[in-house]
Amino acid sequence: MIHRYVLAGSALLLATAVLAASPIAERQAIMKSFGGATKPLAAMMKGEKPFSLDEVKKSLAVYAEGNAKFVTLFPAGSDKGEKTEASPKIWSDAAGFKAANEKFKTEIAAAVASIKDEASFKATIPALLKNCGACHEAYRLKD
Amino acid sequence: MRRLISPLFIAAVLGTAAFFITTHPKAYSALRGDNAFSPTRARDLENGKTLFNAGGCASCHAKPDDESRTTLSGGKPLVTPFGIFNPPNISPDPKDGIGQWTEAQFIRAMREGVSPEGKHYYPAFPYTSYRGLSPDDVADLFAHLKTLPAAEGKALVHDLAFPYSIRQGVGLWKLLYLNGTVMAADATQSLEWNRGRYLVETAGHCAECHSPRNALGAIISDKRFSGGPNPEGKGRAPNLTQDKTGLAAWSEDDIVTLLKDGFTPEFDSVGGSMAEVVRNTAALSDQDRQAMAIYLKSLAPIEGEARAPK
Repeated sequence: MIHRYVLAGSALLLATAVLAASPIAERQAIMKSFGGATKPLAAMMKGEKPFSLDEVKKSLAVYAEGNAKFVTLFPAGSDKGEKTEASPKIWSDAAGFKAANEKFKTEIAAAVASIKDEASFKATIPALLKNCGACHEAYRLKD
Repeated sequence: MRRLISPLFIAAVLGTAAFFITTHPKAYSALRGDNAFSPTRARDLENGKTLFNAGGCASCHAKPDDESRTTLSGGKPLVTPFGIFNPPNISPDPKDGIGQWTEAQFIRAMREGVSPEGKHYYPAFPYTSYRGLSPDDVADLFAHLKTLPAAEGKALVHDLAFPYSIRQGVGLWKLLYLNGTVMAADATQSLEWNRGRYLVETAGHCAECHSPRNALGAIISDKRFSGGPNPEGKGRAPNLTQDKTGLAAWSEDDIVTLLKDGFTPEFDSVGGSMAEVVRNTAALSDQDRQAMAIYLKSLAPIEGEARAPK
């Protein structure tokens, strides 16, 4: 069961890796995949979409895969070159950036373990999604 | 020689005198200010809290490590092209904060940008927007601030480049750009629209970042809400008008979701200072977020400035 999600996630990552040659494009593709993974979760939270544990697990797998790779995609010099909204703080506060990624990683794992039904889903997801805004607030600048 | 110097000298003296007179905080108060405050109702703490959240006070004034965002002893410095602004202590501390201020002094600060000592505030403190708040609402906000914890600590003085370092020069700026009137309701529009406009234009001070500014740092009025550069450096605050470069494709619900959760329709999560703003708007009521969305959806399309090449 789990394998299928990991496989699906890997396939997605592979696809983005093939398409994306540069770290900037690659990390943006990961963020886009997070957006796609969040959409069904938000719809389920709002009751616009029936709860599906399968889909939730799929989204969490996308987060987990992307998260593992994401933090490696900010080599020195990748703060410019292409259009990027990465804040200079990613490099000036590398430890804080890493910690934010670690925090998300821990909470994804906890969500995978704890979400078993709609109630546990609704209790877990809002806090998990707070990671998006928290990290963007510090490390991303809209352009 | 005498004849040449005298007119120049007189002009210089007159010019200096004119500068001091027109830029004096009292000049603005006399021309546009409205110090007379007679409460029209009892103080409403709940409303004060709403204004506190809508106004985003905590974003600049809360102590940086204060998760509850209620200790308002002064926040992170605001680093701008004009220099560094250090948000002051607005906690009820009697020595370092606003503990000894009167209601009238607070209203004057918020609506006229003048301190109790009679000094101009720099418009980094967005009284250019707050001046549209009704005195009763500002008094409610003052009552709410008084319920928050007192904390010691004085902010550093601002570190500004010349000529911005001449504080009294702000007086001239005010005469040019601050009209001093409370935002009046538009009877041709719905209650919700009016509520939304009030929140967006006054307390919310959205235009302060989402508009381009002229060389003097004032919002270019016919480009209002068409997006602006991040006042703190890299990045842009997007166009909020109904242009295709703005929110034309967004529904009211999309805007409500962003103000509540920070997610765009593509489930991108807003970053930079907007993430901080969302912590404020998330604390508003659903009706208030809806009202803001209704007003924003009514903004006439204005094409945003072309983005700088990457």
